[in-house]
Amino acid sequence: MAPMLEVSNLSVSYGAIQALHGFSLKVGKGDIVTLIGGNGAGKTTALRTISGLLRPTSGAVSFDGVDITREAAHRIVARGLGQVPEGRMIFSNLTVDENLAMGAYLMRDKEAIARNRDYVFSIFSRLKERLKQTAGTLSGGEQQMLAIGRALMGEPRFLMLDEPSLGIAPRLISTIFERIIEINRDRGIAVLLVEQNANLALEISSYAYVLETGHVTMEGKSAVLRTDPQLKSAYLGG
Amino acid sequence: MTEFLQQVLNGLSLGAIYALIALGYTMVYGVLRFINFAHSDVFMVGAFIGYYVGEHLPAGTVWGGLVVLAAAMAGCAVLGILIERLVYRPLRGGPTLNVLITAIGMSLFLEYSGQLVFGATPRAFPSIFPSKVISVHGLIISMNQVIVILVASVLMVALELTVYRTKIGTAMRAVALNPKAAQLVGINIDVVISFTFGLGSMLAAAGGVLYALNYPSIDPLMGVVPGLKAFVAAVLGGVGNIPGAALGALILGMVETFVDGSRFSTYKDAIAFAILIGILLFRPAGLLGRFATEKV
Repeated sequence: MAPMLEVSNLSVSYGAIQALHGFSLKVGKGDIVTLIGGNGAGKTTALRTISGLLRPTSGAVSFDGVDITREAAHRIVARGLGQVPEGRMIFSNLTVDENLAMGAYLMRDKEAIARNRDYVFSIFSRLKERLKQTAGTLSGGEQQMLAIGRALMGEPRFLMLDEPSLGIAPRLISTIFERIIEINRDRGIAVLLVEQNANLALEISSYAYVLETGHVTMEGKSAVLRTDPQLKSAYLGG
Repeated sequence: MTEFLQQVLNGLSLGAIYALIALGYTMVYGVLRFINFAHSDVFMVGAFIGYYVGEHLPAGTVWGGLVVLAAAMAGCAVLGILIERLVYRPLRGGPTLNVLITAIGMSLFLEYSGQLVFGATPRAFPSIFPSKVISVHGLIISMNQVIVILVASVLMVALELTVYRTKIGTAMRAVALNPKAAQLVGINIDVVISFTFGLGSMLAAAGGVLYALNYPSIDPLMGVVPGLKAFVAAVLGGVGNIPGAALGALILGMVETFVDGSRFSTYKDAIAFAILIGILLFRPAGLLGRFATEKV
């Protein structure tokens, strides 16, 4: 079966600096795949190019077998490819309620929107308590919940998460990762997870790619990579 | 006391007109982070559309006046959207300075095209609304002032409702806060930006017609001075902040009117601007503005 998301040979540059060199990746329907690597490895660049915020110099991205390489970002979202961006990027001056409403920007069906809200509250009950609060006043963990909730409001079939553990209290990190597993299991949403926290990412994913300075240096089943001695010393803290 | 109330009334109606222009500056700044210098000329075009439509309608009726307002607002909405689409959009993503210089060019283009099309000679704006003057305990209230304050209030409430209660308004605020995140929830930022230009230009057009009602001599350069003052009002209130623009405009209108009525009237602009500079020294981001700090 053809993969749901297929990235082939993607190269991206910021002016004279090349951030990705022939990056390729596949994610099948219902999979959790992770992309790990250090700061500046090109992980965020990869996600932003897939979601249409950046344009590659060469290579292609296809979703559901359709070439989306040159499509506008809002159209890619409309296809069911959602993203929880790095640093959460919630709308800080808007209320939690308005943030969720914006997540459902493309949805017309009021009942479906109400269903999605209920689902978001069922996994992140804290958001329900804070509906009328300005989003910028939430804690880091709550903001991350809101960012994920906002993405879920649009009923994505595929969700890309950019460092959901970044800047979050350690006890909330495990909650958020459990929710990611739940979202994948209960809703059948395929997940591409970008993480610096390689331990966690390898634990919940089935397949992994390691990105270093714009090149994929390693890939394989997550269970196998977890025991890889080289990877252990570099990313898994010995 | 009567004189004081008289000046308050005059200041209010002048401030209301500044507010209508200032809102357009501030909204465009909010979503695109640049000052649309051609905005003051959209204001002028609004007055001229009003002039031509008004000539074909019976003078001095409420419905005729409203038709003139609506026509000017519709015409300028189209003009504003076209300016953005044809002139500013191709430059988006480039250095901000390029757009800024282009905006100045666009402003000059409109002013001198105006001289070519409308002629440089000032024209007398028709009295499109019923023009009565009533006197209440020595307070002289002209119908035009009442109309200015009324129309401006209605439009500002409508704007407030649009920005804070509708989906497209919320999308506007989302784009202003974070265009990338806005795209990632499926917002087409081109549509939102067009909408913002349309909305701002409509308000400027209404401002142009109302201004011409009170100062009924219009010419293609009429937008320069009120445009500059409205821009200052937007900065005073905190550029990018919608209630701030209205507040800044009202303060500016009041100060200007009161200085004008004093024995320093020759220096009214100098004093008004000195006060503004003073306020900005203590609140550099404007009265209601905050320098955006984004949590990363």
